[in-house]
Amino acid sequence: MIYNEETNKPVRRRDKFKNYQTGVFTAGMKMRNRISNGFTYFILVVLNIIAITPLVYLVGQSFRAEAGAWSSTFFPKTWTLANYKRLFTETPFLRWFGNTLFVAVISCLITTAFVLAVSYAFSRMKFRMRRPMMNVMLVLGMFPGFMSMTAVYFLLKILLPNHFQSLASLIIVYSAGAALSYYVAKGFFDTVPKSLDEAAFIDGATRSQIFWKITIPLSKPIVIYTVLISFIAPWCDFIFVSFIMSGVPDVGMYTVSLGMYKWLEREQIQQYFTTFCAAATIVAIPITGLFIWLQKYYVEGITGGAVKG
Amino acid sequence: MDKPNYFLMNPFEKFFYKTGKAIKRFPGAFVHFFVAIGLGIGRFFKGIAGGIKNYFVNFAKGNAATKGSYVVMGLGHAVRGQVAKGLVYLLIEISFVLYMVMFGAPYLGKFFYGFFSKGTVGITETHDFWNDDLGIYEKVVGDNSFKIILYGILTIFMIIFFLAIYLRSLKESRELEEMAKDGKRAVTFRKEAAQLMDTKFHITLLSLPMLGLFVFTVVPLVTMIIIAFTNYDASTEVPQHLFRWVGFENFGAIFGENSTLNGTFLRVLGWTLIWAFFATFSNYFGGMIVALLINKKGIKFKKLFRTVFVMTIAVPQFVSLMIVSKMLTAGDSMEMSGILTQLLYKIFGFQLKFGINITHTRIAIILVNMWIGIPYSMLICSGILMNIPADLYESARIDGAGPVKTFMKITLPYMLFVTGPYLITTFIGNINNFNVIYLLSGGGPGDLLKYSDGAKGTDLLITWLYKLSLGTDRNYKLASVIGILVFIISATFSLMVYNRSSAVKKEDQFQ
Repeated sequence: MIYNEETNKPVRRRDKFKNYQTGVFTAGMKMRNRISNGFTYFILVVLNIIAITPLVYLVGQSFRAEAGAWSSTFFPKTWTLANYKRLFTETPFLRWFGNTLFVAVISCLITTAFVLAVSYAFSRMKFRMRRPMMNVMLVLGMFPGFMSMTAVYFLLKILLPNHFQSLASLIIVYSAGAALSYYVAKGFFDTVPKSLDEAAFIDGATRSQIFWKITIPLSKPIVIYTVLISFIAPWCDFIFVSFIMSGVPDVGMYTVSLGMYKWLEREQIQQYFTTFCAAATIVAIPITGLFIWLQKYYVEGITGGAVKG
Repeated sequence: MDKPNYFLMNPFEKFFYKTGKAIKRFPGAFVHFFVAIGLGIGRFFKGIAGGIKNYFVNFAKGNAATKGSYVVMGLGHAVRGQVAKGLVYLLIEISFVLYMVMFGAPYLGKFFYGFFSKGTVGITETHDFWNDDLGIYEKVVGDNSFKIILYGILTIFMIIFFLAIYLRSLKESRELEEMAKDGKRAVTFRKEAAQLMDTKFHITLLSLPMLGLFVFTVVPLVTMIIIAFTNYDASTEVPQHLFRWVGFENFGAIFGENSTLNGTFLRVLGWTLIWAFFATFSNYFGGMIVALLINKKGIKFKKLFRTVFVMTIAVPQFVSLMIVSKMLTAGDSMEMSGILTQLLYKIFGFQLKFGINITHTRIAIILVNMWIGIPYSMLICSGILMNIPADLYESARIDGAGPVKTFMKITLPYMLFVTGPYLITTFIGNINNFNVIYLLSGGGPGDLLKYSDGAKGTDLLITWLYKLSLGTDRNYKLASVIGILVFIISATFSLMVYNRSSAVKKEDQFQ
């Protein structure tokens, strides 16, 4: 039997939970809640500060007036815009940026088209080679992507004899194998109700009409996810571009990642570190903005992929 | 022996019990995998045998036009009114014959020239030739071994594709004959083209992506796998030299006991697995905890906290990793070191030897990886945490369970169950995580006593592969052996997923 503290009368069973939620324990619970929330805020703020520190350092260094790679203070002693001025007037950075943008746009278009086509075919069409093809692609995906690069390099040399170390090669490298990453989009198409297809079928629509007029308009999240991922890939890639462009004397052919990587090599870092920071800031702003703007779709994509495995 | 009662275990026991069972089941699964491959190959040959039988039976049964299509592809189609289709088939046949005569056959011949006798790939090496008439040495350009392998592979694929088309045309030709006997008319070319947008839409959808995949992934990959069985490196660089077939010698060199290469390989492999383990689980649990904290009831500014974390994944990795690598660098003196190393020394008196001491570098890499990895798994975990039924927590609270108990009894088991496959794919992704290692430490610091062939203390197999194929040695043969071994490791781990994940088994039913 439980007694009410104030009236000293037995509490009816029905009221027990009521008290638990609103009445007698409230003061203690509130205190506990407040402490645990305060603690949570504390941890989150600390973690957030840790997360943001290198980025703050990066932006700070891009305004540093003192030359050289190493500084003894976290924030610069004197601030200047000279690094940005130098970036745009004395270095090929703008060309690198243009190159990367060009490669990113074209390879993003091709990749998106390929991925959507393949995943739709595997999700909705019935044909004899469907299973074997999916199995072969599964096995292909388990080889490290970089392994085949030596042979790809050779192939490009044959196909584009005078221009194999060019942006066209990069586009091919980034988008030709796009079919392999069909999993996430296929998982999405699997969840689009089939009854819609059947209804359109009865009305006399063809497969391609169903694809263009029904499935694609319903698949906005996955289209945006695919576009986002494939647009960002060339900005972040280092391994393929460094292989394709190895030994190219004309630095104007580089993309941002390769060009900026060279600035931090031992011979150049003293001269170019602050310029690197300025360039990194310029590259990071649009990409980060894009990412945060489309965050919702990105999260949907990766979560869908993770749950389906 | 008593069967352990699964329902009475705590989540950790459950997890280990399940993992144990998965490991116990693994040899069986492994055998099953190879039996399945064997059955597949068996079915393949059975299919071929059936095809050959049909080939002759149809020839015997068919009329003159069908018999004619055995030599001139498309003849049967043309006679039955499918003129355009017949012409397409004829064109395919002519171009295949031309390809083989002008191009395929010579390369295929050179491909198999030394294949069985461990001879050279190609016949004539580039050499100087004394020209008596002019009285000078002339350079004679010989065979290019790498080209021979590349084109050899391409030709073998071409033959397979052509045979498939050829057999299909014969089958169709025979069917057309039967249809004509029944008095039916053949489908017009236009109608067949229209089908490509309808019932055969998959052909339209798949042809270009598959062509890209074939030319720029399959052919190069098979070529590089073949390279593992040759002695291709800087000393046999094409086109000046020919390289040789060596069978399994390269694998022997890696697995040979007490060789320096064997020691290096085991050390790199060991670190790769340790790295993948810590990188996967530190990020996973870290991400889950951060997600729980952010999603806690009563916490405000959720969106702000999340966005700040997301910024670390949004900034391109080469930017964020390289800046951190420079912040950590330990130079000759403190003035020549990165800012974090300086601050650590000033505040805690701790001298971080990033890039000098292997253990320091390794730990630092794992910690930095948490910095970019936790936000990512936080996003994934947030989504899944939202899906845990709220009444589970409600009833746990009424039963008096504290937050720790709720986490252990509800959250963790649920998460492990749902994200099991994700964990293993992440593990495989980490085995191949080139960016983090290469951009942070470049694989260094080195240790010449323990590592050979260009490998260094924090190299993963994948960064070692990169160095082998771009380094001065151009050790392609070793690189491709490493690639094959990485494949075997990834395949082994994926096998565990595909045995467990019901999503894959039910895929067909779901369709």
